[in-house]
Amino acid sequence: MSQTAELKEREQKLQGMGTSLLRKEDARFIRGQGSYVADIKMPGMLFGAIVRSPYAHARIKGIDKAKALACPGVVAVLTAADLKPVKLDWMPTVGGDVQAVLADQKVHFQYQDVAMVLATDRAAAYDGVALVEVDYEELPAIVDPKKALLKDAPVLREDIVDKKDLTHGPRTHPNHIFTWEAGDKAAADAAFKNAPITVREEILNPRVHPCPLETCGCVASFNKATGYLTLYVTTQIPHLFRTVLAMLSGIAESKIRVVGGDIGGGFGNKVPVYPGYVVATVASIVTGVPVKWIESRIDNISTTGFARDYHGVGELAADKDGRIKGLRFTALADHGAFNSHVSATKFPAGLFSICTGSYAIPNTYCRVDAVFTNKAPGGVAYRCSLRVTEAIYLIERMMDVLAQKVGVDKAEIRRRNFVKAEQFPYTTGFGWTLDSGNYHAALDKVLKAVDYEGLRREQAAKRADPKSPTLMGIGISTFTEIVGAGPTKVCDILGVGLFDSCEIRVHPTGGVIARLGTMTQGQGHSTTYAQIIATELGLPASDIVVEEGDTDKAPYGAGTWGSRSTPVSGAATAVAARKIKDKAKKIAAHLLEVAEGDLEWEIDRFKVKGNPSQFKTMKELCLVSHTGNLPAGMEQGLNAVAYYDPPNLTFPFGAYLCVVDIDKFTGEVKVRRFYALDDCGTRINPMIIDGQVHGGLTEAFAVAMGQQLPFDESGNHLGNSLMDYFLPTAVETPAWETDHTVTPCPHHPLGAKGVAESPHVGGIPCFSNAVIDAFAHLGVTHMDMPHSAYRVWQKCNALGLNKR
Amino acid sequence: MIPAAFDYHAPRSVADAIKLLGQLGPEAKLLAGGHSLLPMMKLRFAQPAHLVDLGRIAELRGISQVGNEIRIGAMTTEHELLSSKLLAEKAPLLVEGAGWIADPQVRYKGTIGGDISHGDPANDHPALMIALDASFVLTGPKGERVVKADGYFLGLYSTQLAADEILTQIRIPVPAAGSGWSYQKLKRKTGDFATAATAVMLQMKGKSVAKAAIGLTNAGPTVLKAREAEAYLAGKEINDASLNEAARLAMKICNPTPDQRGDADYKRAMCGEMTRRALQAAHARAKA
Ligand SMILES: Cc1cc2nc3c(=O)[nH]c(=O)nc-3n(C[C@H](O)[C@H](O)[C@H](O)COP(=O)(O)OP(=O)(O)OC[C@H]3O[C@@H](n4cnc5c(N)ncnc54)[C@H](O)[C@@H]3O)c2cc1C
Repeated sequence: MSQTAELKEREQKLQGMGTSLLRKEDARFIRGQGSYVADIKMPGMLFGAIVRSPYAHARIKGIDKAKALACPGVVAVLTAADLKPVKLDWMPTVGGDVQAVLADQKVHFQYQDVAMVLATDRAAAYDGVALVEVDYEELPAIVDPKKALLKDAPVLREDIVDKKDLTHGPRTHPNHIFTWEAGDKAAADAAFKNAPITVREEILNPRVHPCPLETCGCVASFNKATGYLTLYVTTQIPHLFRTVLAMLSGIAESKIRVVGGDIGGGFGNKVPVYPGYVVATVASIVTGVPVKWIESRIDNISTTGFARDYHGVGELAADKDGRIKGLRFTALADHGAFNSHVSATKFPAGLFSICTGSYAIPNTYCRVDAVFTNKAPGGVAYRCSLRVTEAIYLIERMMDVLAQKVGVDKAEIRRRNFVKAEQFPYTTGFGWTLDSGNYHAALDKVLKAVDYEGLRREQAAKRADPKSPTLMGIGISTFTEIVGAGPTKVCDILGVGLFDSCEIRVHPTGGVIARLGTMTQGQGHSTTYAQIIATELGLPASDIVVEEGDTDKAPYGAGTWGSRSTPVSGAATAVAARKIKDKAKKIAAHLLEVAEGDLEWEIDRFKVKGNPSQFKTMKELCLVSHTGNLPAGMEQGLNAVAYYDPPNLTFPFGAYLCVVDIDKFTGEVKVRRFYALDDCGTRINPMIIDGQVHGGLTEAFAVAMGQQLPFDESGNHLGNSLMDYFLPTAVETPAWETDHTVTPCPHHPLGAKGVAESPHVGGIPCFSNAVIDAFAHLGVTHMDMPHSAYRVWQKCNALGLNKR
Repeated sequence: MIPAAFDYHAPRSVADAIKLLGQLGPEAKLLAGGHSLLPMMKLRFAQPAHLVDLGRIAELRGISQVGNEIRIGAMTTEHELLSSKLLAEKAPLLVEGAGWIADPQVRYKGTIGGDISHGDPANDHPALMIALDASFVLTGPKGERVVKADGYFLGLYSTQLAADEILTQIRIPVPAAGSGWSYQKLKRKTGDFATAATAVMLQMKGKSVAKAAIGLTNAGPTVLKAREAEAYLAGKEINDASLNEAARLAMKICNPTPDQRGDADYKRAMCGEMTRRALQAAHARAKA
């Protein structure tokens, strides 16, 4: 065997970074061997089912449990009054508000939790639910956030009516939560005053729901004898969850064990702590037996963390060539009935100020006003970092609006405004330091791959032909994401910094166990982390086991959301592995009787420089590290823990292009082509990246084309089952073409950035831009998502395009 | 999401099933594939005290030709319709229509008899039955009666079936050789009911229409037979003008219910559009 062939074979054996190793977790999942919360059965376990409000806004005048308690199998019915003695009828939220665990005197949204029926089996629990009699007095509801701050608007939150401030500045109205601003208003206003070109557009991100396949649920098990509480729960944040439970319950954090288990998708929906978990926990503490609570699909869509509901207004000021001189973005945020919107303490509007996107824009100002309405609380980051989809949707839509006004091509307007490759690191008007990027190159690669000019020519021909039964639209999105929260100096939740951790234990024969503070929900962590360690330590990925989610086993971390696993925990993994490697090197030097400086690393071994026959493989060193043959004073073992506090967030970017054909007569939008180029820096497992991009694009397609939570004027849900709520299947999902460039992150130990959210954040505006572009020649600049056939037909009809 | 308690009965013959219906009275419901009934029970919109499962009655299954008639047992599943060689050859409209129903999982369980009996104007079989001029065999304590699909559907969830009767068989006259057919359905996604859909059977004589049969799905409280459009088309050539007029006449009788699929205007327009496309497609397939 030649020397290079031998090296290659050794490298391939590791299946480390850069290889498309099949996902280790799939063997279990595709055989139906996953273990989800709903699968857990414990002796004596009770089932909890929730009585929910039929009204969006009503006073509770009485709750009669008698009939339910008489129902066979029903053990107890818990209401707010029962939670009061243990002070768990209300709970604090991460947004600085309080939230009713079970409705106390009033219900504030339809399907709000009013009582929990405990029974010996699930069917009996639901029989009991049907028998709990609640006497309601219906009140006028606020559904439209634009009406929340009217003078005569009904006051929703009587419980906090005297509170001048919900930790984010003064409140101006009983239904006002906060007003948050960033940037320089005076400078922006001046830029608009002097600009030859200004554009303004209302841009809505409607209320949607992440709708993971597995709904939320838990099994709470309190052992009265030991005082230990174990909670098996659908959570993306097991460690923070345990901290919250300790704060809420008063049980020592050391006596609480939170177990994530297998999670059937999260997409932000499994970040919050929901009332159902809390009531089930109280129920177990009171009864001393395990209590299981599992949501139905309707419960999940109606009550748990929704996303978006951002009613934005975008404004850009530009010179006559379309070079942007000022930006003003505002949003009215509908946070529902309680401010339990998920956010880091210092960012009540999330990372909305990333809204300058990929562009060099001076004179920037943004503001978010958050209000209460009679809708479910929350506001989670649905496959994105907090409020990043909203921000990027605004800027990517506004770039198109500007291009139309200036009369230049939509690719060209982007080129004129991109931050240039040589400008990195580039600090935006809002103060974010974009660490790296190469936007022009990415866009040019995509335009070339799809023959952009050919597409535009085809479109022009279609537009010129009045007989064409279809409209053609071309959408571009050149987004920059912000992921990997985050540096503890700016990012915390409830005072806990958003670092993350990895503990690696290497065993004598080279088998490795790595435990992390993150929580996989389908991202392929067991594979990706193993590959990082494989490359760093020269041990095969197949022998590396990754464990997450059990707070008794894993070191503390902030969990998985906001594409933070690779940027933060991936970095922690590399750092921990390098600590081990450093120690191994010392042992190798000791064994080979050379100085450390005389050694060099090669794939899976330390070699003596200039004397390649002298080496120690990592596998040998694993065993030796468990013997007495160590450098003087060195302890046995090859273990390490790393807590990683990232110096900055990471800024993955991409260039997407979408071609749609619209049936003028039905309004159906067919995605002919979608080309997605992503740059997430160093690529650890290209197959997993592709899979994440496919999934993210599919969810972007879902949001842009069909997802919305509709309500009537009384606050009744009009589409909370999968009959109406759009979850695309393989049949309606377009075929994705993926591509990449690699611009490593300069501050990450591996050069990696997050990727799983980019396709969602970048995809949504790309679809919208394509649909609206189909009408652009008719002067259209505004169409709200979702672009359902019905909506698009209305546009065709209004423009008279469907005349025969 | 958990139904209320009920008793379960599994008779082995039609006679036993009818006897059970008589004994149990109005609290009993027939269970076929369960894909309309069970969702309603899970939501507790329906809370029957007894379910009489027709699933073990062999005589209710199967597809055959007797004389000039195709006979389909009520418990024949959509999947079985889709894989029937006889239907593909003699009544391909039914195969095309069944393929538009729900998704494969539902089609393995859902039955043609259940789809018809549910009396939901959003279901696809009623319009197919209208276009195919089908008849239904209803079996009760006093024996059998045969009623025409045209006139069978009385209103939302309401048909001519009496409480003690079972739909046992669907009878379809074998369409004339050379007939054209099409089912055009607009829906939002896999597994969705129609925003609008139209079933067409078309016989041509030379260049003109000899006979058109048109059924409209989800255009009103029951399936609608587009009589005026059918009458108008007789003797006409299929061209832009006649298609437009037939679509207009179909739209005229629509009274769709607004929902998340769209408002009444959109649904009416889509009924016209589907009618137009179904006629066009049927015309392309028809042999004079
Ligand atoms: C996700 C989903 C999507 C769907 N999409 C569509 C669609 O696109 N198009 C469509 O047409 N349907 C659709 N359906 C409905 C589906 O086709 C049902 O299977 C069908 O409507 C009912 O047939 P069944 O055999 O399941 O009947 P069941 O649900 O068992 O019964 C339905 C009703 O008919 C009665 N019944 C059943 N059999 C008889 C009989 N022989 N005699 C008298 N009464 C009887 C029952 O008592 C009950 O009232 C969908 C269902 C689901 C769950």
